[in-house]
Amino acid sequence: MNYISLSYWDLALASVLILANGMISIWFRLGLEKTLLINTTRMLVQLSLIGFVLKFIFVQTSPWWTIGLALIMVAVAGREVAARLTTRLKGWWSYGIGTTTMFFISISTTLLAVAFVISPDPWFAPRYVLPLLGMVLGNTLSGISLGLETLITTLKRERVSIEARIALGHKRFEAIEQPVRQALKTGMMPIINAMAASGVVSLPGMMTGQIMAGADPVEATKYQILIMFLIGGATASGTLLAVLGSAWRLSDERGRLRLDRLE
Amino acid sequence: MLSVKNLKVRGLAPISFDLHKGDLLVVRGPSGSGKSLLLRAIADLDEASGEITLDKGSGARMAPHNWRRKVRFLSAESGWWGEQVGAHFTELARAKKSANELGLAAKLFASPVAHLSSGERQRLSFVRALEGSPKVLLLDEPTSALDEVAAELMEKKILALQKDGVILVVVTHSTAQAERLATHTLTIEDGKTRFEAR
Repeated sequence: MNYISLSYWDLALASVLILANGMISIWFRLGLEKTLLINTTRMLVQLSLIGFVLKFIFVQTSPWWTIGLALIMVAVAGREVAARLTTRLKGWWSYGIGTTTMFFISISTTLLAVAFVISPDPWFAPRYVLPLLGMVLGNTLSGISLGLETLITTLKRERVSIEARIALGHKRFEAIEQPVRQALKTGMMPIINAMAASGVVSLPGMMTGQIMAGADPVEATKYQILIMFLIGGATASGTLLAVLGSAWRLSDERGRLRLDRLE
Repeated sequence: MLSVKNLKVRGLAPISFDLHKGDLLVVRGPSGSGKSLLLRAIADLDEASGEITLDKGSGARMAPHNWRRKVRFLSAESGWWGEQVGAHFTELARAKKSANELGLAAKLFASPVAHLSSGERQRLSFVRALEGSPKVLLLDEPTSALDEVAAELMEKKILALQKDGVILVVVTHSTAQAERLATHTLTIEDGKTRFEAR
């Protein structure tokens, strides 16, 4: 690959741009400085570490290294789903629903791409599996978080109308169909919009990375199209599973609305 | 017959009573004493232990939506989920007739819900609660948002339903209204309940 290697000084120079975020927060009294500092530090540490971890895993011959890191990524993504919600389900439910959904959807989507589309040799080739999984996880995580946040806020806001329907004899999922539909729509819209914009308004990250690393733009585009399909499918099915699971938990077998199961 | 046995509602001593066709139980007590919770528990909208039966059919053994079609709860706060009023009704002709008896024009059914006054919402949600002819009506302060004339029409309708054999449980803060309507009273005071026939 033919690309321009970046020095740490180059990164330090670019980091000046993030100061603009801090200044906007201070100027408008948004109170985001602390979060910005923590999240920027997290990003720096996490990305630096993953660089070394990937370098190590890429030279291993056992699939267990790839599987191990994949499971850690899924577990962290599940925790992140719960962390992003302003109101969570009590106990382990938010984390459980997030992680279970992430596990089944991201693993099955990545395996599908690896087994039937890319077919690398060996099958677990971390150079393909881990970046694919990472991109699927990142986007599915956003869809699921948005979907669950919408579901919970809508159920809380529309409690009176939902309970009016329940009292009139509407069945469990009939009474909460509007919040569920709204949540699914909100979770799926970003990826649908991203598809419309990609290639015209935006050049997606993976494709840009490949092109900058010297890959043929046409080949890079093919990979990006594959990624968009994977992300689209994973986000839709992940959001569906997480929203229906949470809707099921926030109602009960007697058809009642169970907002008492929220923190 | 609606039979309530040892119903345990949060903050209240166990409640038991029987009501027959045409009985009208007025529930009285200070705000926050548990009147609405009692009605919600009978409609199976909240978890509560105890046994509730209607004509010997147990509420717990009946599919919940079927129970609530027979034992209908009407909250003091009316809920709407569609844009237009008419979209909330399945028996439109009958609903318009009932609305007319409560002093409401039929054209309201073509209006957006957002244009309704609180009194119109309360009366229309009452009309909606009559759909499917429930055997028991649990009314939580059904005249709280109504002026005197509208409240009088509402009471008239409630008495007509009672005459038709509907069992009614009505929460009210008005002593005069309780006097006019009740065949039985349930008074809640400091978590204790007293059931009396009048």
